[in-house]
Amino acid sequence: MKVNNKQVVLDMRPLDEILSSMPEISQGDLIPLLQQIQSRYGYLRRDVVCEMSRRTKIAVSRIYGVATFYEQFHLEPHGRHTIKCCRGTACHVKGAPEITEAITRVTGVSPGETTDDMKFTFETVACLGTCFLAPVIMIDDDYFGHLTVNKVEGIITNYE
Amino acid sequence: MAEKKIKSLGDLTALAGKISESKKNIKARVLICMTGCRALGAELVANEFREKLSAASLDDSVEVVEVGCIGMCAMAPLVLIEPYDVLYGKIRPKHVDEIISATIEKGEILDKFVVKEDGKPVAKISDVSFYKQQQRQVLGNCGRIDPRQIDDAIEKGGYVSAVKAITETAPDQIIEDLIKAGLRGRGGAGFPAGLKWKFARQAPGDEKYLICNADEGDPGAFMDRALLEGDPHKVIEGMLVAAYAIGASHGLMYVRAEYPIAVEHVKIAIVQAREYGLLGGDIAGSGFSFDLEVRMGAGAFVCGEETALIGSLEGKRGMPTPRPPFPATCGYKGKPTNINNVETFANVPLVLSMGPDGYSSIGTEKSKGTKIFALAGKVKNTGLVEVPMGATLRQIVYEIGGGIPDKKEFKGAQLGGPSGGCIPAEYLDYPIDYDSLQELGAIMGSGGLIVMDEDTCMVDIARYFLDFTQSESCGKCTPCRVGTAKMLKMLEAICRGEGKESDLDELERLGEDIRKASLCGLGQTAPNPVLSTLRYFRDEYLEHIREKTCRSGVCKDLLHYVILDVCVGCGACKKVCPVDVIAGEKKQVHTLDQDKCIKCGQCYQTCKFKAISR
Repeated sequence: MKVNNKQVVLDMRPLDEILSSMPEISQGDLIPLLQQIQSRYGYLRRDVVCEMSRRTKIAVSRIYGVATFYEQFHLEPHGRHTIKCCRGTACHVKGAPEITEAITRVTGVSPGETTDDMKFTFETVACLGTCFLAPVIMIDDDYFGHLTVNKVEGIITNYE
Repeated sequence: MAEKKIKSLGDLTALAGKISESKKNIKARVLICMTGCRALGAELVANEFREKLSAASLDDSVEVVEVGCIGMCAMAPLVLIEPYDVLYGKIRPKHVDEIISATIEKGEILDKFVVKEDGKPVAKISDVSFYKQQQRQVLGNCGRIDPRQIDDAIEKGGYVSAVKAITETAPDQIIEDLIKAGLRGRGGAGFPAGLKWKFARQAPGDEKYLICNADEGDPGAFMDRALLEGDPHKVIEGMLVAAYAIGASHGLMYVRAEYPIAVEHVKIAIVQAREYGLLGGDIAGSGFSFDLEVRMGAGAFVCGEETALIGSLEGKRGMPTPRPPFPATCGYKGKPTNINNVETFANVPLVLSMGPDGYSSIGTEKSKGTKIFALAGKVKNTGLVEVPMGATLRQIVYEIGGGIPDKKEFKGAQLGGPSGGCIPAEYLDYPIDYDSLQELGAIMGSGGLIVMDEDTCMVDIARYFLDFTQSESCGKCTPCRVGTAKMLKMLEAICRGEGKESDLDELERLGEDIRKASLCGLGQTAPNPVLSTLRYFRDEYLEHIREKTCRSGVCKDLLHYVILDVCVGCGACKKVCPVDVIAGEKKQVHTLDQDKCIKCGQCYQTCKFKAISR
């Protein structure tokens, strides 16, 4: 596992709040717990996870077992914007592979990676459930549908 | 909130009457889809309506209602105006003024916004072919009520079936009715829901659980999302009946985290149902107690499998376990557990209100009721479609879906997502239900229906699905973990033009083995997309292998874009090329640098003179 050494001093208050809002934490609460931690800290910071393990008595190995199994969790910080390219079936037959390549061309990163300037994280998702917009991408909370390869650059360069 | 609590069936029907009475002054309702259509700016349209209606002092008599999916997503954003039942599509804020002054104030229909069929405008929603051929009963309230207002659902008769059931009917009777009605699970394999309930009821133990599987993970399926977003109370009502029938006091709804609106609407619905005493202790004075919590899935396709889903709820990696023991005897926390999917639960109130005979009069011999399909891909009217079991693909794709755009040929329909298969044109008139689809090598699955035309490569589709299942395989059992990887490697080689003819037999043999030997449904069905395309489109595989060509122009390694001498030098291709590899003076034959070409196909699609070959 890659350790991020650039971390600033750990602020435990969000973790305190999360843990105190959930009485009697057990293994069964692990996924909701990790979801909250990720939403507060942006990602599953190693030091936060270790601290959480210490306080909840859920083994670190178990936590990482779960965290690495599910698509939703990430162990590295995300960029300021997240580009999600749908690779569902409808999008696939309407050209999602070309859209994916175009995003990589414009941002310089492949799916699963973050740009060096921390501007974009690029992900592909199994299906956004908006097949009528195929091929479709989401940047943060905004949808961009009926895409063509040539529209991609204009959309992405609009983000700061 | 004690005074709000419903204590009997009489209280509930009285409340429904009171709600209707309170809406007496409403002359018109503007229904705006705020789920799928939100992606195309429906929120701005709704705000504009509210502002303009208020400015015209019409806000007391005209109600703006934010509804769930109206269905015809291809025309998003959609606006439906009651009482005229006029459907307007592709509405922008700038159109609002005109709609208010013409349609709402004078009842005039604006042809430019309505659906066109054969060039003629069709104003009334019930006359639009897309809707005319459907039987929208599970989706009945979707697009007609505000899903965040329980009163809207109650006014339409919501919870009546459930309250009647839990106050008047014995659990065993409900289960018998469900079995008699022939309701089968809508999530995948089509197991009879009543039998499943019976097993859970008969399992010994006082503590039992009910789970709603709303982890709709099939790419290309969005009906569960639409139901939860558009009519969550119907799902909760179905769960309430199920909980009573099996004797569960605690329920969990496992919703995909990628569906934030669904999560939000379900949470609101649960709170409102509790306020009315329709969830919680002593529901509607029946003495029966049941409550519900929402859990968000964390993104793992395998969690659609029930034992994996239970693992995930218990905070573990979502890996399936061998069955038996089945969840009905040993499920969540080791207790008897019943799991159904969203659409199955949404059918339950209908079974009760129509009666088992009424319900089973719809559909085919062994598949009863309706099925919702998410129609998408190469079809004009993408959207949600509800048809009786036994409808044909032709009805769905052509009569409801409006056919294939750009005058292209229908090549096949993919049903059942990564567990399903592709059905070719020769079966367009075959009635589809659980069993006929199985015969054809596909499955009903959750109901994703992706239409494919001549530009879709069937080898690539098989590769695509295997790529998906292979990466979603949890890795626990060898046939699935290793077998799908091996199949994928062979398919990738074929797509690159490096396949051998013997690969096809090997794919079939391996596919059969994986099907038989895998632990769970994911592995057991993973070979289906390959086996079904090999069955119907073997010639395409052979072309890739023998001639190293891809007739659909999809497999890049087999494509070489060349500009022919007929090029008139219009420069259109040069303009669209994203990597600037096309050169040439105006009115001169252009050239394309093969070494730098990324084969995106933009030039090919743009050229009006057929001067580019691939």
